[in-house]
Amino acid sequence: MTEKYNMPDARGHFGPYGGMFVAETLIPPIQELNEAYKKYLNDPEFIAELDADLKHYVGRPSPLYYAERWSRELGGAQIYLKREDLNHTGSHKINNTVGQALLAKRMGKTRIIAETGAGQHGVATATVAARLGLECVVYMGAVDVARQSLNVYRMKLLGATVVAVESGSKTLKDALNEALRDWVTNVDNTFYIIGTVAGPHPYPAMVRDFQAIIGRETKQQCLEMTGKLPDALVACVGGGSNAIGLFYPFIDDESVRLIGVEAAGDGVATGRHSAPLCAGRPGVLHGNRTYLMADDDGEIIETHSISAGLDYPGVGPEHAWLKDTGRAEYVNITDNEALEGFYALTRMEGIIPALESSHAMAHVLRLAPTMRKEEIIVVNLSGRGDKDMQTMARREGIEL
Amino acid sequence: MSRLAATFEKLAQSGRKALIPFVTAGDPKPEFTLPLMHALVDAGVDVIELGVPFSDPMADGPVIQRASERALAHKMSLSKTLALATEFRKTDQKTPLVLMGYLNPIEAMGYENFANAAQRADIDGVLTVDLPPEEGEHSAELLRERGVDTIFLLAPNSSHERIHKMATIGSGYLYYVSLKGVTGAGHLNVQDVETKLNEIKSITSLPVSIGFGVKDAETARTISSLGDGVVVGSALISKIENNLDDLESAKSEIIKLLTSMRQAMDS
Repeated sequence: MTEKYNMPDARGHFGPYGGMFVAETLIPPIQELNEAYKKYLNDPEFIAELDADLKHYVGRPSPLYYAERWSRELGGAQIYLKREDLNHTGSHKINNTVGQALLAKRMGKTRIIAETGAGQHGVATATVAARLGLECVVYMGAVDVARQSLNVYRMKLLGATVVAVESGSKTLKDALNEALRDWVTNVDNTFYIIGTVAGPHPYPAMVRDFQAIIGRETKQQCLEMTGKLPDALVACVGGGSNAIGLFYPFIDDESVRLIGVEAAGDGVATGRHSAPLCAGRPGVLHGNRTYLMADDDGEIIETHSISAGLDYPGVGPEHAWLKDTGRAEYVNITDNEALEGFYALTRMEGIIPALESSHAMAHVLRLAPTMRKEEIIVVNLSGRGDKDMQTMARREGIEL
Repeated sequence: MSRLAATFEKLAQSGRKALIPFVTAGDPKPEFTLPLMHALVDAGVDVIELGVPFSDPMADGPVIQRASERALAHKMSLSKTLALATEFRKTDQKTPLVLMGYLNPIEAMGYENFANAAQRADIDGVLTVDLPPEEGEHSAELLRERGVDTIFLLAPNSSHERIHKMATIGSGYLYYVSLKGVTGAGHLNVQDVETKLNEIKSITSLPVSIGFGVKDAETARTISSLGDGVVVGSALISKIENNLDDLESAKSEIIKLLTSMRQAMDS
């Protein structure tokens, strides 16, 4: 790669991926959003307000923490954790919702809608909506409402209306469908805060740009702490927002391996998984072309993962492009392996990761011992595990 | 002249408007659809929009979503919908047939394969909900080369430029979505439709069919007077949903509703 990475093109294409595949009613609001996003991204006043919010409200910069004991125990590369779990609301999701909410306010929208899987994006959206005094409706698959009830309660406390979606597989993809239906009905006053780097252009690029602060901080912190760039970055990938946020500022640094970790559920070979980059095929869903889990007829297949936040049949189009060009590698981790990652970080470092992030931790368990002691891995600890206490306790046979 | 163009021209000559039912292929089971299509023709419809079921119908309301789910439970698919169209053509060479659905089944089949299959099945038009002209020019070209019209959606918030663009790339007719919302919604405003139709008509001479929210004969009459045709979908599919254990009743209720619409539109 000699030329500087400069994706997507003006119409939101990452090579054959991305684009704007939506029904006609959504084209005008998407164009309006794109105009606003381009305008404010270079507006010093907007950037100053965003930076101030990220510092004083979110609590940025998040630390880059050297996991000394875990590194020693694994006996290979030195492991650093990017502590997005320490952000306000407990995950990286708020980086994006703070940004999009500021946009919504400048565009004069009075109503916010969002989809959510694990509830982290829903909570982060309800949080910024409460702060700005905006009406907020969050769509969440009925299955996820049941398995992430703590987050449902948090959203309600924050004043949001949580709608349990009963159609289809009753998970994240169906929540997205329902949010799109709401948006098409209420386009005049409603801003749709998509939580991941998917959806029609400009969402994949816009959400990436709001999340890229993760990678920018990481680069600076790693240089300060170690005097060099990391050798590998590891992050879990559902839609892929925490991963792209970490990867993006390093794309032109060719010495840095970018490794995305998908959810293999019961194992990719069983078909019960959520790993479209590892075992899917290109197609079009939710406004963009990307790798999908679909059958030969193009119908979307139901996905499986222990973590609601990774339980999605698509993935951000930029990941599809990074995969095809070979710039990033994508691996997968089963539910059981993710649990090993969960326990390892908890016991080794006294940090309880979210089940989503546990997939990335599990890959570090495999990867670190294969690397030299002077090499550095930065793994994105995208969220904390508080929301998963009920799921984990239930697995251990304990009723809380 | 294409079957769609001929149909709309003939209607215009007699001062009538097109009645266009939408039914989902394979709902509630595959063997129900073919006889239903012939019955629709007997009831006096001018064009049939045949819905290709999709797992994630983002622009549809709950009624058509559930129709898709019922059809998919019987493994209905794009290729089986095309087979159904082929069967229909064996005994009806006159009624234009439009496939309406989402893009991913076409992506899976391949654009050229699909265009060839549509031509072989003697399909007249293809409307792909999530394929706007920005992304759909290549597909429209493949279909045009094979004599198949590409039908685009227009919405209340479509700009002058976009209407012009879709009138240029599209053919057969334009489908005007009468409201901001999903199929089967209940807030159609006649005054708004009339204003937008005047704008569209000032830009293009393509026929314009109007759909979304047309539930009864009275609405069909009012709406059809504003354009060249009226599309009715959810109201028909509700009849299937309400009579799942007695499909003959479902069929006769559909025919009854369409007959009343036909009469209201022609009077």
